[in-house]
Amino acid sequence: MTAGIATTTPGGFLLVLAVLLPVAGIILSFATGGRHAGQITLGLTPFGSAVACAIAFRVGQSGKPVFYAIGGLPPPLGIALRADGISAVMLVATAAILTAAAFYAREKFAARDVRESRSALTFWILLQAIWAALTIIFVGSDLFNLYVALELLTFAAVPLVCIDGRPETLAAALRYLLFALFGSISYLLGVALFYGAYGTLDIPLLAQRVQPTPVVWTAAALITGGLLAKTALFPLHLWLPPAHANAPAAASAVLSGLVVKGSFFLTLRLWFYVLPALPTGQVAAALGGLGSAAVIVGGVLALRQARLKLLIAYSTVSQIGYLFLIFPLAAGAHAWSTIGWSAGLMQVLAHAFAKAAMFLSAGVLAEAVGHDQIAKLVGAARVLPLTFLTIALGGLSLMGLPPSGGFSAKWLMLQASVASGQWIWSLPILTGGLLAAGYMYRILTPALSDGEISMESAPRRYQETIAFVLVMIALALGFAPQAFFDFIEIGRPLAGEGPS
Amino acid sequence: MSLLPFLDIGLAFLVVTVACSTIITRDLFAAVVGYVAYGLLLAFVWIRLHAPDVALTEAAVGGGVTGVLLITAGKRLAAIKKAAPEAHPTTTLKLLTGALAALLACALAAAILMLPDVPPSLAPEAAAAASGPGAGLGNPITAVLISYRSFDTMLEKVVLILAVVGVWSVGADKAWGNPPAPLGRPGPYPAMVFLAQVLVPIGALIGIHVFWVGADAPGGAFQGGALLAAMWMVAMMARLGEPPRIDARWLRLALIAGPAVFLIIGLAGISIAGSFFAYPPGFAKPIILFIETFMVLSIAVALPMLVAGPPSEGNRP
Amino acid sequence: MTPSTLAGLAGAALVGLGLYGLVLHPHPLRKLLAFNLIGSGVFLVFGIVARRGAAAGLSFDPVPQAMVITGIVVAFAASALAVALILRLYSESGRVTLDPDAWTRPGPEDAK
Repeated sequence: MTAGIATTTPGGFLLVLAVLLPVAGIILSFATGGRHAGQITLGLTPFGSAVACAIAFRVGQSGKPVFYAIGGLPPPLGIALRADGISAVMLVATAAILTAAAFYAREKFAARDVRESRSALTFWILLQAIWAALTIIFVGSDLFNLYVALELLTFAAVPLVCIDGRPETLAAALRYLLFALFGSISYLLGVALFYGAYGTLDIPLLAQRVQPTPVVWTAAALITGGLLAKTALFPLHLWLPPAHANAPAAASAVLSGLVVKGSFFLTLRLWFYVLPALPTGQVAAALGGLGSAAVIVGGVLALRQARLKLLIAYSTVSQIGYLFLIFPLAAGAHAWSTIGWSAGLMQVLAHAFAKAAMFLSAGVLAEAVGHDQIAKLVGAARVLPLTFLTIALGGLSLMGLPPSGGFSAKWLMLQASVASGQWIWSLPILTGGLLAAGYMYRILTPALSDGEISMESAPRRYQETIAFVLVMIALALGFAPQAFFDFIEIGRPLAGEGPS
Repeated sequence: MSLLPFLDIGLAFLVVTVACSTIITRDLFAAVVGYVAYGLLLAFVWIRLHAPDVALTEAAVGGGVTGVLLITAGKRLAAIKKAAPEAHPTTTLKLLTGALAALLACALAAAILMLPDVPPSLAPEAAAAASGPGAGLGNPITAVLISYRSFDTMLEKVVLILAVVGVWSVGADKAWGNPPAPLGRPGPYPAMVFLAQVLVPIGALIGIHVFWVGADAPGGAFQGGALLAAMWMVAMMARLGEPPRIDARWLRLALIAGPAVFLIIGLAGISIAGSFFAYPPGFAKPIILFIETFMVLSIAVALPMLVAGPPSEGNRP
Repeated sequence: MTPSTLAGLAGAALVGLGLYGLVLHPHPLRKLLAFNLIGSGVFLVFGIVARRGAAAGLSFDPVPQAMVITGIVVAFAASALAVALILRLYSESGRVTLDPDAWTRPGPEDAK
């Protein structure tokens, strides 16, 4: 039945290590108290990044996914971890952005004196918990294990939203929690039906056994619905803008850049890894339709925002819509499916880095000027040149202009939509680009105009530099070689087969 | 016995009716009490489903501790301010939502009825593994939780820690380090004190017993830990003990004891038994009991802290 | 009609009831209660899957039951977090509403 499933491939232990490092960090931080939590987190970031790179190296070297059966007990009774091309890429991106956010925020959440402080302990533990949860999401191969990881991610992200305690952040956090819990329970119900139908929750095993029955469609609908609520796809996007806009800058960067990508990643796992053998054409079109609506609605709402951070948050709603175009554009085993797949992954990465950079820059700006009202940012570009350069370059990627990862992603999407004859998807891609140009223009016009703006405090150079490095990575993604696109195909099943 | 089908139908009907009343009633307190009753009835349903472990957990955590959480929440909410009159939803919205909910329930019922006639199951694999990684354990659920799917359980302990951190983080900055508000009313309340003095020792013994026999019979770390947690909460409600300061060293260590021991033994597995989270053959049961002891400690401390809430600023009654 | 089927249908009914309560009740604690109802309905579905999986000398499939135990504890932790947020929101603002527009003011002090 499951002939050929080994219990582990070389380097498999790295997968467990990648999860256990941040977990150990959480335990240590909680035990030693808030005074050391920051040091523990910052100290672990190089190790976490090294493990992520090592995993990517192993996957690339062997050309096959890295596999580890925990406890030496393979599925279906045991739990397995499996890192393929997209897992490795997301692990590296997570390491990079979380490290950047950690160093950006090290002053704000540093332990001030001998006594432990609330924000110091909380922030660092939550950051490490996000790292652990995302790692499991990217390498997990068991649907219930992924449920526990999703819950961990929710419990880590929600208190980050309200970490500064203002009432509007509390309301936003509560709304986020309710949407996320609704999403989790819907996901769990789908998992129950899958288990009831096939007796296993391991992704490769399920893919071998799954048939297009009503039970499977119900389960898939429930899981997808839950994940869409967590990814804030239109029309379930209402919780995102207040939550991401009111969180501290480092938290917003992680929330918009990484956390929403986690549940999106699981949607990919469901439709491209568990159910590729099923006729998914209509579902793909429906998801693409919702994505298009998100692109346009998010873009239009972003144009109307008065606050910079809210504008960036609505931009996230819009860019998340692009992600769902991967479903119609990468479906099946056609020649253009590879292009669609590359486009989707490139969009995930480019948006993660660009958005994180923009939120970090908005944080520098708000700290320096004292507010983030766009209309009052007259002449700000002159006093904060590096920050506005970062914002402008981030906007370049969001608009989809060369050279940037965003351009690469949208160009590939257009290619795939033309090659597959699905011309309709080019409409939201182009409209979204125009809308992005519109809201970037809104940000940059007052900033570049003549005028004096009063500064409350000097911007921190290291924070500006961190944001700049992130946006340069987003741009550098535009030059990704073919090897990169081959890499993210590793382990991806084609339609009609299970995962290798 | 021909009476059982009627019992089952009656039980199912009762459960749904009590749940209905929980949703429909206007008073928050009545709804929470209804929910606790519902939890206890559900425990009976679980027993009819041959799931005594789950019945214990549902009665202890799902009905009991959640009930205490919600009642405490209702009391604290009422104490802060008079509730403003709520906007009641319009009849159209009620009808629409009712239709949607009914549709979903029917779709779900249909899916359940369409589950395969020959149900797939991992029971054979679990029975087979009882001679290997689950050796010595008479309770297959404990084997699944702490041996076959131990990664899930360890992660779940981390989730509990995160919940505690999240609950604490909601407190005010200047209250950090203080203990949470007391769980009970001020002043000596003799009936409560008497109940606590009698119940807590007995309950604690039962809790330890339920944990210890959980390796071979229904029970285990979660159930035993929940009982111990309940006993601590009873003591706090009778004001025989107060919630501790949240920066107390012993509290922090007790909370992370479970996941830490799990993590260390899991990591050690690679040198001792060849794989992370593997146990050396023949030593599975003692190692599992060792891990479970610390898990019981963590659960017994975490659940009351979650109910007690964030650190409070002053002396609140 | 076996106990499993009955319990499964009861679980479906509970999910529907809970959803009704979740959407309709304006008060967040009532929403939380309804959410817990949905959760217990979902666990019942796991439970009937476990009961139907009786085989090899066991009268149940232990894997779904273990998942339910994990799920119950996680659901409680979620409820505790939600309660903490609700109580804090009420004490900070004096009202319990999830409408974020209730907080919008064109204030200058925003997150850094």
